[in-house]
Amino acid sequence: MNEILTDETKKVLVEPLVTNNPITLQVLGICSALAVTSQMSTSLIMALALTLVTACSSAAISSIRNHIPSSIRIIVQMTIIASLVIVVDQILKAFAYDVSKQLSVFVGLIITNCIVMGRAEAYAMKNPPLESFMDGIGNGAGYSLILIIVALFRETLGSGKLLGIEVFKLTKDGGWYDPNGLMLLPPSAFFIIGLIIWSVRQWKPAQNETVAFKIMSISHGEGGHH
Amino acid sequence: MENYISLFVKAVFIENLALSFFLGMCTFIAVSKKISTAMGLGVAVMVVQSITVPANNVVYHALLKEDALSWMGITGVDLSFLALLSCIGMIAALVQILEMILDKFFPALYQALGIFLPLITVNCAILGGSLFMIERDYNLGESVTYGVGSGLGWALAITIMAGVREKLKYSDIPAGLQGLGITFITAGLMSLGFMAFSGIQL
Repeated sequence: MNEILTDETKKVLVEPLVTNNPITLQVLGICSALAVTSQMSTSLIMALALTLVTACSSAAISSIRNHIPSSIRIIVQMTIIASLVIVVDQILKAFAYDVSKQLSVFVGLIITNCIVMGRAEAYAMKNPPLESFMDGIGNGAGYSLILIIVALFRETLGSGKLLGIEVFKLTKDGGWYDPNGLMLLPPSAFFIIGLIIWSVRQWKPAQNETVAFKIMSISHGEGGHH
Repeated sequence: MENYISLFVKAVFIENLALSFFLGMCTFIAVSKKISTAMGLGVAVMVVQSITVPANNVVYHALLKEDALSWMGITGVDLSFLALLSCIGMIAALVQILEMILDKFFPALYQALGIFLPLITVNCAILGGSLFMIERDYNLGESVTYGVGSGLGWALAITIMAGVREKLKYSDIPAGLQGLGITFITAGLMSLGFMAFSGIQL
């Protein structure tokens, strides 16, 4: 195993987790990150599906990278990704029908998930298959991490459960926790991701964006006259 | 007729693709810094959406659906698992054709929309629209209505977002929230606003 885990492999596996997270820093693949996270089970399946598709498509694209003419590379990548997604979709329909119904169109939307395309274009086209596979796993893991954190907050606070198991006893069952319905609605996902981005950037200030317009400080107290 | 109007209103407001299904978020966040560019992209999405959803509907019903090939005398074939591949292929091809047509016949429009068209192929709002059309089993008329409506809803959302962000540059935001963070919070507040439509019964 030591030969496989070279420095490069370690780098592509670990970096996307926090330092170069696809969601919080590269702003890729947000659509599904928000839509499926109201429950932990759907998020886990989605995370797994995306990681698999990213890893396999990166490996496949990378292994034929020297034969793809650059003018039609997008359509070639798209075809490979779409075929993999169809496989995932069929497997889900066969073995986890309920979850696949809940995920509805979002499994299909892995095709246009920018993480998959982004990794294919940015990494797999320039690197050998094994590294590309690892890079896919790494980025998939970065995506999964955010998905799981968001789902953790949304499901526990929104319905007092985690993976369907009761965590907080609800008031309607004689417990103490009054569920926050907002957490199950779309807006909460935006807020939670916004807050996650804020905390990551507090931790690693190098990720802060440069301010386009700086606010001048007012020296003579509040409400200066113009 | 009433059915179509209610479907249209639903597609624009209640089931807004950007704010309640989070589709096309990447471009929604990335291209909403200026109102003019946001509107350009919005119009492009609307045009492409109104063409691709009905086109995919025709392909799905004529070729892929279970027993759809019976007009060729082939029965018992269910190709609906190919829907994903055919949808994305259709979208890529139509966007390419649209780009060529605009370039040839409407150069002014091509100047304005041209740069956005390649972005649209990988915009999940477009593919999402077609997949929702398949999932909800719309007929041709409904799919035209849904295509125009959902495109309009997305355009509306990104234009409002750009308007808010243009004003946001005058505000004093904590360093860590600057840029991406505050954009997410803003989108959340807008989405809350759009939730207000969800009680409407049509």
